[in-house]
Amino acid sequence: MLRHSLLIRRRSALLGLAASWALGRSSLALAGTPDGDDDPRLVVVILRGALDGMAAVTPYGDPSLTALRRDLLPPEPGRDGGLLDLGGFFGLHPSLSGMQRLYAAGQMLPFHAVAGHYRSRSHFEAQDYMESGADQRLSSGWLNRAVSALPKNRHGAEGAGLSLGLSVPLLLRGPTTVASYAPEGGRRPDADLYTQIAALNAKDPVTGPAFRNGLTALGFSAKVLAGDAPPPAPGGQKPGAFAILADAAGRMLADQRGPRVAALEMGGWDTHAAQKGRLAGPMRQLDMGMDAMRLALGRTWDRTVVLVMTEFGRTVRMNGTGGTDHGTATAAFLLGGAVAGGRVAGTWPGLQAAQLFENRDLAPTSDLRAVASGVLRDHLRLSPSALTNVFPGPAVAPENGLVKV
Amino acid sequence: MEESSAITGFGWGRRGDEPLPDTPVTWLRAQTLTPDAAIFTGLGESADGLIALRTQRSEKIRDNSLVKPVFQAEVAAQMEQLLVSEQPFRERLAWFWFNHFTVSLRQGDTRAVIGAYMREAIRPNVTARFSDMTLAVMRHPAMLMYLDNTSSTGPSSPVGLKAHRGLNENLARECLELHTVSPQAGYTQADVTAFAAVLTGWTVNMNAERPGFQFRANAHEPGEKTILGRTFPEGEEGGVAALQFLATHPTTYRHLATKLVGHFVSDAPPPADVAHVAAALHDTQGDLGAAALALIELRHAPRRRSVGERTDKFRTPMDFAVAAMRALDRAGPRPSPDAPHSPAHTLAGALGALGQPLWTAPLPNGWSDRAADWSAPADMMARADWAYRISAGVHEGNPLDIAHATLGPALRPATIEAILHAGSRQAGLTLLFSSPEFQRRQTC
Repeated sequence: MLRHSLLIRRRSALLGLAASWALGRSSLALAGTPDGDDDPRLVVVILRGALDGMAAVTPYGDPSLTALRRDLLPPEPGRDGGLLDLGGFFGLHPSLSGMQRLYAAGQMLPFHAVAGHYRSRSHFEAQDYMESGADQRLSSGWLNRAVSALPKNRHGAEGAGLSLGLSVPLLLRGPTTVASYAPEGGRRPDADLYTQIAALNAKDPVTGPAFRNGLTALGFSAKVLAGDAPPPAPGGQKPGAFAILADAAGRMLADQRGPRVAALEMGGWDTHAAQKGRLAGPMRQLDMGMDAMRLALGRTWDRTVVLVMTEFGRTVRMNGTGGTDHGTATAAFLLGGAVAGGRVAGTWPGLQAAQLFENRDLAPTSDLRAVASGVLRDHLRLSPSALTNVFPGPAVAPENGLVKV
Repeated sequence: MEESSAITGFGWGRRGDEPLPDTPVTWLRAQTLTPDAAIFTGLGESADGLIALRTQRSEKIRDNSLVKPVFQAEVAAQMEQLLVSEQPFRERLAWFWFNHFTVSLRQGDTRAVIGAYMREAIRPNVTARFSDMTLAVMRHPAMLMYLDNTSSTGPSSPVGLKAHRGLNENLARECLELHTVSPQAGYTQADVTAFAAVLTGWTVNMNAERPGFQFRANAHEPGEKTILGRTFPEGEEGGVAALQFLATHPTTYRHLATKLVGHFVSDAPPPADVAHVAAALHDTQGDLGAAALALIELRHAPRRRSVGERTDKFRTPMDFAVAAMRALDRAGPRPSPDAPHSPAHTLAGALGALGQPLWTAPLPNGWSDRAADWSAPADMMARADWAYRISAGVHEGNPLDIAHATLGPALRPATIEAILHAGSRQAGLTLLFSSPEFQRRQTC
């Protein structure tokens, strides 16, 4: 199963020149270059812990489904607390009502039975490979390499990109520098002392750039975020950590001097036991976060694509403790005003025993890199040669028709 | 340099101006050969935490009012131990092994037992055999709860057949991947499934007078199971034998040696150092005291001496905060760790503010100890800001004296210059704790 012998690494706080801010199980990182105001925006959300794609986008029309996971299933669409229908075969998790509205508006595209190119059931390896975009762990992530390929800005890149959170995902680490934003944490040194600290560290290869970028970001974020509070959540619910970060990401991306690319991460998906109850919270958080980001982006939402992805799916059958174990194919989502949504993309592999991967997992029929490549090519306008650099290794044909033209 | 690096690199930083060891090697060796001197008074056992949890559940107490004091007492006592320990090498080993066998508050309702887990499963085994520690960990309620084994049921066991329940492979997978053999052993999904079956029935009896580990035979999957080509009998003894097999596997020794050298020497563990520690484990059937002695020997490896090789490690937030607070410590009466503004509470708060909240690792692989994971702009800004806040409360001592005491020969002229020109004690200490050299511990 585990074909590579990499060291195990902590996955949720890998940092490079970039940085970010973590709130609870969520964190956010941003990068990009200030330029004109009609640039496309791209957000990637990593769901860490392996989202059960069949719980997010449930194939209630598949005749084999009930026998495999009867106790995990919400009622069918139309019933109280039931699935939210996506056209007669699939239903969205009942907590994803905001995302269903986006689907109805043609701005949400679920993609089913996707998997990375790897076949590891280790969270840590799979996340490394997913974020590296390669068959091995690289020192940079595919999103950082994609940012490197964006048209160069007019004002110089240093400090123009921004990341939020104590952990920048490997996805956004790499040669392109991103600065950082951290929510106010109480009393701070004055500008003079900060300047002395930066000078003391200036020549250090590790702490020098970190302090330099940290101070740049402090100035930048103070301007963009001054005085604003996160918007109230629908239904009066308290915004979760993820929604707060999604809101901050949206507002910074909406600023024309701000970043063009952001990455957020969110945990809580590793549902080995009592899945039905445990998934409702993270699903609701995700839904509220997407809504907060849409509102914060304002008109910029029309130029935005959000890719929501996870390292692998979960077993098709319920395990012995009302949960699911590590699997293979899962669902991904594209959201945004620029998305050609309102349908479920991908090829459904079926759920009969012979159709499963290793008789336990949803069989993968699409490559996650193909989905990401389609967005990078058609939305960020990356050239074929740039895409080769973003996703090295065996070529993968980008998916067509994911974004509006 | 030698004395200073023993106390910073292998310990937690110098406490105030405590005397430096005359002979660092002897000082370090003594810590592995003498018992743990930590005394935790007034803390209960994991059974007491579980009783609190059980009562909260049965009486539907929703404000955590029974578990909270148990947890707070553990935090205060164990943070205080970090600040005052006179066996800092042993103390570092204890936290290393806790992180290796991570239990986190993020899952499994572990708050009632996580402190006891450190004291019951980890600390007593820091210089025991690795297989002893593994068995203590895998039978501890905290680990069984954290990685979902309490409900894992053999599908063909009486309980499984009656209630249509089955395996949960979480603990088995992480034990193989993270705790013992690692993916280098080349195990398969079938091995994971078999090991999960072996561990069925390993659960926590919450109804006993003293709640705790229980082997529940009627939830155990019947029959022999095979893991990595080795067959284990049905029953609790099959699990004990499987853990013994995995904990003493040659691949496990290499995995542990790589992690130890990565923690005690460098982010890029030199292969010769890894081989040295792995050999010590192999030759002693996994004696962790022997592994600790092997780590000490690395400081004097001929190769290292001949080329003057120096190594350091970037401090994690926990390393950083403990070292800063030990540096600021003064002899004299200490407030009780349970007091609201005690150093222990300040330290626990610092870990949260710096991004490494106590016992809250995001995933079962624990916290990273690598520079790349802790040196982002927001990390460094958080350190400077925290240093500024904590320095505001320091009303005695010369910042330059404190700098010399804590950093020894690692203190650079530029930092001395900056501290000399600082406008206040607070600014001087902030500069000390924000200096590049304070972000590192000299290891070899």
